[in-house]
Amino acid sequence: MTAMTFPLPAGTRIQRATQEPTWVRWFLIGLALVFLTLFLFIPLISVFYEAFKKGVEVYLAAITDPDAVSAIQLTLTVAAIAVPLNLVFGVAAAWAIAKFEFRGKNLLITLIDLPFSVSPVVSGLIYVLVFGLQGWFGPWLAEHDMKIIFAVPGIVLATVFVTVPFIARELIPLMQAQGTEEEEAAVVLGASGWQTFYKVTLPNIKWGLLYGAILCNARAMGEFGAVSVVSGHIRGSTNTMPLHVEILYNEYNFAAAFAVASLLALLALVTLVLKTLIELRIKQRHTPRGFE
Amino acid sequence: MSTFKQHSILPGFNLALGFTLLYLSLIVLIPLSAAFIRTAELTWPEFWTIVTAPRVMASYRLTFGASFAAAMVNAFFGLLVAWVLVRYHFIGKRIIDALVDLPFALPTAVAGIALTALYAGNGWIGQFLEPMGIKVAFTPLGIFVALTFIGLPFVVRTVQPVLEDIEAELEEAAATLGANRWQTFSRVIFPALFPALMTGFALAFARAIGEYGSVIFIAGNMPMVSEITPLLIITKLEQYDYAGATALSVVMLVISFILLLIINLLQWWSRRRSSKT
Repeated sequence: MTAMTFPLPAGTRIQRATQEPTWVRWFLIGLALVFLTLFLFIPLISVFYEAFKKGVEVYLAAITDPDAVSAIQLTLTVAAIAVPLNLVFGVAAAWAIAKFEFRGKNLLITLIDLPFSVSPVVSGLIYVLVFGLQGWFGPWLAEHDMKIIFAVPGIVLATVFVTVPFIARELIPLMQAQGTEEEEAAVVLGASGWQTFYKVTLPNIKWGLLYGAILCNARAMGEFGAVSVVSGHIRGSTNTMPLHVEILYNEYNFAAAFAVASLLALLALVTLVLKTLIELRIKQRHTPRGFE
Repeated sequence: MSTFKQHSILPGFNLALGFTLLYLSLIVLIPLSAAFIRTAELTWPEFWTIVTAPRVMASYRLTFGASFAAAMVNAFFGLLVAWVLVRYHFIGKRIIDALVDLPFALPTAVAGIALTALYAGNGWIGQFLEPMGIKVAFTPLGIFVALTFIGLPFVVRTVQPVLEDIEAELEEAAATLGANRWQTFSRVIFPALFPALMTGFALAFARAIGEYGSVIFIAGNMPMVSEITPLLIITKLEQYDYAGATALSVVMLVISFILLLIINLLQWWSRRRSSKT
């Protein structure tokens, strides 16, 4: 059977019934781009512009200032503790939730997501209520000359709290989609629990794990509200990078504030690049198996 | 008696669940319960006086009003951005798609100072608005701008996958039956997107209510005028008014829990709707 063709006058453009007219399309694209330019791109560019406005020397001086260096070190330390802790938690929680059927599972998933819905300020405050001088363990800690609030442990705890859900919520749907057949086969063939995890589960979830860890790290390094409540803002000792930005900004030292901020903006950009690369990778690998 | 857990040959359930519960209790549940237990030390009239004081009421109105307005703007533009990213092809689409998540990745303090610099009287954007009599930085309008920024990805990211999954057949059927493009959108596509749109709106709204870092720089923080509730908690804390700070944080927590419940219901509705089509 030959395809039927309908002759059209030369130069006629066919408008498909399931497409918008060209002018509508360009108008919508234009409107979306104007919105994104105003609310995303200009703020992003302005960080780097303000950082370098007074020259490279001022920029370098700002980020090599001893207080800035100490803030960078503290931020890296806090992330280096918070991310692995939440990584172990995320794997354990996802193993229990995705590989087994038990009662109260949905409640558990909601509890894991809870820190996302708590205001950062409240996240910090609750640790003050537990460990602060007026708090439950405050007097005991003071007696034993230990400090958690207005010290590094408090900053770590508040950061761990706000980043609890990141890795678990990446792994749970991923491991649920993968099912339990492969692990069951490994166990039937005589593998131990750890062998099953390392040789079967881990290779299947490594990209999801990395994805969650990268997002968790970005939030851990950038957290402001919760950390601000528990930090005490002691320069050179309990100041993280975001807090250092705030101090410089409030001292009207805008060039230095934006210089340190530009490092955090760079971290955000690197995070987005890695995230996009992993998304491409995951799509290629898991699409055939019905990965969302 | 029915069993708590279904039988499985896989090992590690007790260890994994035990560790999960211990970790959640120590990091999340016990500290959160501290806020409620400490508030219970107050009598009901004391609590009520604190959480309904005029300055506190003004902060609620501002926080909820600005969050609602920002979430509305994000619902509209989020739907638009999701539509453009899913349906159209243009140069730089990939990069723009990736950059939509910037507000998730950019520390809030950085967003705060960047927006303040832009919208101040001498800033890139502020210099055009100021002559028109529009003051953004250090006014409630600035809070709205900051909350719009941080809520931007939510609607885009909840609507995008649903829009990608809508089958072309549905739209073709609508067109065959004589619907024009706008009718197809408003009667076929929009109803399918609506639960996801509402979820995105609720997520953006919930995030905006608790937001602190990006707002305090641009807000001006004047009591009764441009002071958000999270800032009021910090102010009370700095004045060693622990009872006041705790009472306010309990109000915030209860509101967050209610929103979380609503979001879960919306997501359930959204999933049910999309599995039907």
